[in-house]
Amino acid sequence: MSTAIEFNNISKLYRLGLVSTGTLSHDLKRWWTMNIKGEEDPYLKIGSVNDRSKAADSEYVWALKDIDFKVEQGDVVGIIGKNGAGKSTLLKILSKITAPTTGTIKAKGRIGSLLEVGTGFHGEMTGRENIYLNGAILGMTKQEIAKKLDEIIDFSGCELYIDTPVKRYSSGMTVRLGFAVAAFLDPEILVVDEVLAVGDAEFQKKAIGKMQDVSRGEGRTVLFVSHNMTSVKALCNRGVILQNGMLIDDGEIDSIVTHYLRGDNEVDNYKAGNEPLVSKKGFELLEIGVRKKGGNYIDVIRMDHELELVMRYRLTEAKDPFWITLHMKNEQGNKIFSFTGSGRCYDRHHEAGDYQQICTIPANFLNWGSYAIDFMAFQQPNNIEVLANESDIISFTIANRQVAIGGYMGKEPGDVMPKFDFVEEKLK
Amino acid sequence: MKQTTEENWTTVIKPRNKLFEVNLKEIWDYRDLLTLFIKRDIITNYKQTILGPLWWIIQPAMTVIMYMVVFGGIAGIPTDGIPQPLFYLAGTCMWQYFSDCLNKTSNTFVNNAGIFGKVYFPRLIMPIENVISNLVRFGIQIGLFVIVYIVYAITGSNACPNLYLLLFPLLVVMLAGLALGFGIIISSMTTKYRDLQILFTYIVSLWMYATPIVYPLSEVKGKVIAGLDLYTIMRINPVTPVLETFKYGALGAGEFIGWGWLAYSFGFMLVLIALGILIFNKVQKNFMDTV
Repeated sequence: MSTAIEFNNISKLYRLGLVSTGTLSHDLKRWWTMNIKGEEDPYLKIGSVNDRSKAADSEYVWALKDIDFKVEQGDVVGIIGKNGAGKSTLLKILSKITAPTTGTIKAKGRIGSLLEVGTGFHGEMTGRENIYLNGAILGMTKQEIAKKLDEIIDFSGCELYIDTPVKRYSSGMTVRLGFAVAAFLDPEILVVDEVLAVGDAEFQKKAIGKMQDVSRGEGRTVLFVSHNMTSVKALCNRGVILQNGMLIDDGEIDSIVTHYLRGDNEVDNYKAGNEPLVSKKGFELLEIGVRKKGGNYIDVIRMDHELELVMRYRLTEAKDPFWITLHMKNEQGNKIFSFTGSGRCYDRHHEAGDYQQICTIPANFLNWGSYAIDFMAFQQPNNIEVLANESDIISFTIANRQVAIGGYMGKEPGDVMPKFDFVEEKLK
Repeated sequence: MKQTTEENWTTVIKPRNKLFEVNLKEIWDYRDLLTLFIKRDIITNYKQTILGPLWWIIQPAMTVIMYMVVFGGIAGIPTDGIPQPLFYLAGTCMWQYFSDCLNKTSNTFVNNAGIFGKVYFPRLIMPIENVISNLVRFGIQIGLFVIVYIVYAITGSNACPNLYLLLFPLLVVMLAGLALGFGIIISSMTTKYRDLQILFTYIVSLWMYATPIVYPLSEVKGKVIAGLDLYTIMRINPVTPVLETFKYGALGAGEFIGWGWLAYSFGFMLVLIALGILIFNKVQKNFMDTV
């Protein structure tokens, strides 16, 4: 296998704030230092790291910094990272929409990029006319489009409206038509930005299936940006993680997705420390975490895994009664349910000492997504006394179960998605 | 052997192009896109208007009537003995084509930021498309000119074409070239500094009066303002020789401006286009960050 694309130290500098104000003075200064004094660009040295949560210490920011990797021919590479990590900037550079500040990219073959579906569609023109125009914008010749026209129309499912102006189309139909054109683009290298996140379930299935054919069957090199880890895992064989404009990991897709989900600061599914997490009136919380049953805290939790919630704590004095209650919250912070083992699963009378509680949450119960847990501990010598009340003490992410290629990759509604018994009988 | 496989890259993306790196072959590869864009412009220009392309005729007709009232009637500026409608129409059609091309081309980056931000194709396609699709409109307006001309020829007038009319295709190419050259230079500059856009709109509207459209060039002869010979200055305006040649060839108005001035205009156009492409080429790589 040979290298299809080579990224050599790609960096991209952006100016923060308004581009217009003071541009002239910066331009003059840059021109002065570079052309008259013959020195380097004075603004290149001072760019700060792209971290949107911190205030920048310079007016310039590196949207990408020293991106350096190779893509082999036939690889399907998933580019993952949080919003603002530089994914789209990288695709824009690769699509020649904007140039890198430093570094070069070398590629073998035509690069077709799909940063948006239906670019250049004109509402006044018919579907057919727009297919030609959009195809040509994406780099196809009239002849190529004419050859594939029937297939494109068929794939879009818009036969009925093909001679109607596009402005009369529903937004879904416009997207279908746009994707249909793009699907029949055949460059050696295809660059795709989250365009699959549009359309209904049926269309997503069709689109992902088509992407599969393109990459597997026809051996094309694909770079794919998405936030949907399920589709990334289904489509890609390799992945890279971008964080604050830097490439932090590169490798097999499974380990990359795991790294990404684990490495995410916002997901913190295990807490322990030298100091107790909570310490009040003889109660000390030492450790709390959620993991795949029997696994490590760094393992990815999938929907079809059993979960265990492990808590270790110390009582420096006897308490009677003492119990723990937990609230499960979804991504929006709404409480889904509360749960406690006290009274039923364990005795509420406690001697002083170290304890461990493990709560098992069944597999195929919580839907995929992110969850947080509120932790509460109580004692009741006379009146109820709160020993601990920690909101969002830990949070964790559940990944989708393995989805067959072509299966629905979207998320079903609801926070729980239990597997109930269904019995079907044919009555007549 | 290894060396050759190493260098087998078909696409290389670098921070900036070399100064004279203009990929004309690439533009040729995208010729289908060019024709489709032209088709789009023609189809969509007057959709959902009642009069449709008739507007292309109404606009110059109204302009000519206005000139007849203001410049011919009130100001009493002569028209080289040519009937006023013919004289004004000849100038207006040509100037309209030039200014339409110039105005639209100079907004290339700003108007197409949406498309340019999502997909790559040679950016130069847009201004070229512009200049070509405006030809359709120009053709219809010249058609109007011909009809008016025939009416005057039947009713008997002193306007009569001569051999210089054969230069017409060249004159159109020169107008298109000048508009393209100026337009892409302006568009390259306005991506960063929008002030220039306002300034240029102003300049273009003044420019019309520096071009013999509402008056014949012969009127300027011998006039000196602030120690400057107006006749020479007017001819330095590269659009003047083009317009004068057309009016002389088509109507026999005034006298031929001379091959020297025409050649000057042509050379000016070539330099302008070369310079324009250079600047455009430099700007197009990064304009998305500043537009």
